[in-house]
Amino acid sequence: MTLITDLTEVYNSDAKTSEPVRAPVRRRQVPIPLISLATVIGLLLIWAAAASAELVSPVFLPSPAVVAASLWNLVSVGFVDSTLPQHVLASLGRVLGGLAVAVLIGVPAGLAIGASRIGRGILDPIVEFLRPLPPLAYLPLIIIWSGIGEASKVIVIALSMLPSIVISTASGVRSVPKDHVNAARAFGATKRQVTFHVVLPSALPSILTGIRIALGTGWSTLVAAELVAATRGLGFMIQSAAQFLVTDVVIAGIAVIAVIAILLEIAARALERWLAPWASAK
Amino acid sequence: MNRLFFNDVSLAYPARDRQGVPQLVLDRIKLSIATGEFVVVIGRSGSGKTSLLNLAAGFQEPTGGTVTLDDKPVEGPGAERAVVFQDDALYPWLDARDNVAFPLKLKGVGERERRARADELLDLVGLSAAGNRRIWELSGGMRQRVGIARALAAEPRFLLLDEPLGALDALTRGKMQTFLLGVWAKSRSGALLITHSIDEALMLATRIVVLSPNPGRLAADIASSFAADILAGASPSEVRASPAFKRMQDGLTGLIHADSPEEELAA
Ligand SMILES: Nc1ncnc2c1ncn2[C@@H]1O[C@H](COP(=O)(O)OP(=O)(O)O)[C@@H](O)[C@H]1O
Ligand SMILES: [Mg+2]
Repeated sequence: MTLITDLTEVYNSDAKTSEPVRAPVRRRQVPIPLISLATVIGLLLIWAAAASAELVSPVFLPSPAVVAASLWNLVSVGFVDSTLPQHVLASLGRVLGGLAVAVLIGVPAGLAIGASRIGRGILDPIVEFLRPLPPLAYLPLIIIWSGIGEASKVIVIALSMLPSIVISTASGVRSVPKDHVNAARAFGATKRQVTFHVVLPSALPSILTGIRIALGTGWSTLVAAELVAATRGLGFMIQSAAQFLVTDVVIAGIAVIAVIAILLEIAARALERWLAPWASAK
Repeated sequence: MNRLFFNDVSLAYPARDRQGVPQLVLDRIKLSIATGEFVVVIGRSGSGKTSLLNLAAGFQEPTGGTVTLDDKPVEGPGAERAVVFQDDALYPWLDARDNVAFPLKLKGVGERERRARADELLDLVGLSAAGNRRIWELSGGMRQRVGIARALAAEPRFLLLDEPLGALDALTRGKMQTFLLGVWAKSRSGALLITHSIDEALMLATRIVVLSPNPGRLAADIASSFAADILAGASPSEVRASPAFKRMQDGLTGLIHADSPEEELAA
């Protein structure tokens, strides 16, 4: 988590340095990204030192070099019948599939909650029931219902993503400026036109924020779901490696999962800036 | 000619708590606006000006009396009554041109024609180069002009404007007043403009309606000819310097600020 926030800070400050004029303030302070970078390097060094001193057996703590080598091995040769890119693709496919389902269901549901009392009465309890549940609690039930194939994983991921998408859509709908709706009505818009030309675009920034949060939740749910039931995917890869005590693959897998989580966050932010530039322009 | 008519219109907002009495905001307003007229409603803040405009637009229903358009009761908003909002209410996800073309899009006008008409209107409000600009890149004055162009795109019989120049600096505001007057004269529509500036009322109105607060009542309905002078070519500063203008200004000040003379005039 801190890595993500640090990274977004690097990201944002990058954008700011492109301004032509910079105020000459506080020269002597070390920039925060530099401190973060130093921390990461420091941790790596401690890890390397601990590994080379063999404080614990290399089976439990392989050195960074061994992990890097195994990462390369994962890409070129693979592990448990698939190469790393294949594992990554399997995992990403499930997350994006789950996201598609969650958006298709969650956005209309959020619209209904935000725009109508009846919709709110019906859907609120369902969302409030789902929201605090850890996805792994209902995974066994989903597996009973839909087997251990792709469907069960996509369903679990979609369910874990739904609450944040529904809630952020509903809050976006509720905060549509009254004047925006009134303006459209004064120009003769029908209810349908108000929904599609005013309410949805106005709620878009909020929906996108929901999607960004959902991607984070979905990703962690996915890896956990793959630990339980899968034949390919990053979670499955780590779980298999752990069973054979191939610790370097476990650590490499964890690193890959973290990097992808960060990349997803960055992609989601880029999407927000691209689709709803007015939200950040204010 | 079309006529928008407030027939003894009253409006009360529900009481805040259960024991309270409903709050009467407008009390038996009788007011008529015809196309070709520029009626300016002036009154202190809280006197019910926005409520009056919302009734004319059809955003709200009166609790007493009726609002009629050509003798037919107004039931909700309609494209023949376009609204310009104080906070522009432009859509940030559309560029300036698409904002202006929005009423046409709702009517199902084709892309090509929409574009052409929007460009004409942008030209009319002096923003021919700004069609592709994003709303948040425009200054307050430019945004209000886009808002006015958007209202005109609906080809309304009546323009309803709620303090459209309230957020602008004095210089821009003066320019916009002259501009607005020209646009209205060309469009041959009826205008209902709300302001709390006496100067603005005198510069724009063919008729000035004074609303006294608590509850809002019509305190005066006065014909004014300064707008006609400006349209005939007189300069605003000339008009402002005339003794007749000063006299009207003093008269209106007396009417509006009868019970609180220390309140500052927002000019
Ligand atoms: N939606 C509302 N509910 C309750 N009271 C309202 C509402 N809108 C306005 N009022 C009250 O009605 C009075 C007139 O408001 P408004 O029409 O906005 O006046 P103005 O535009 O002249 O400032 C005010 O006292 C305000 O508090
Ligand atoms: Mg008001």
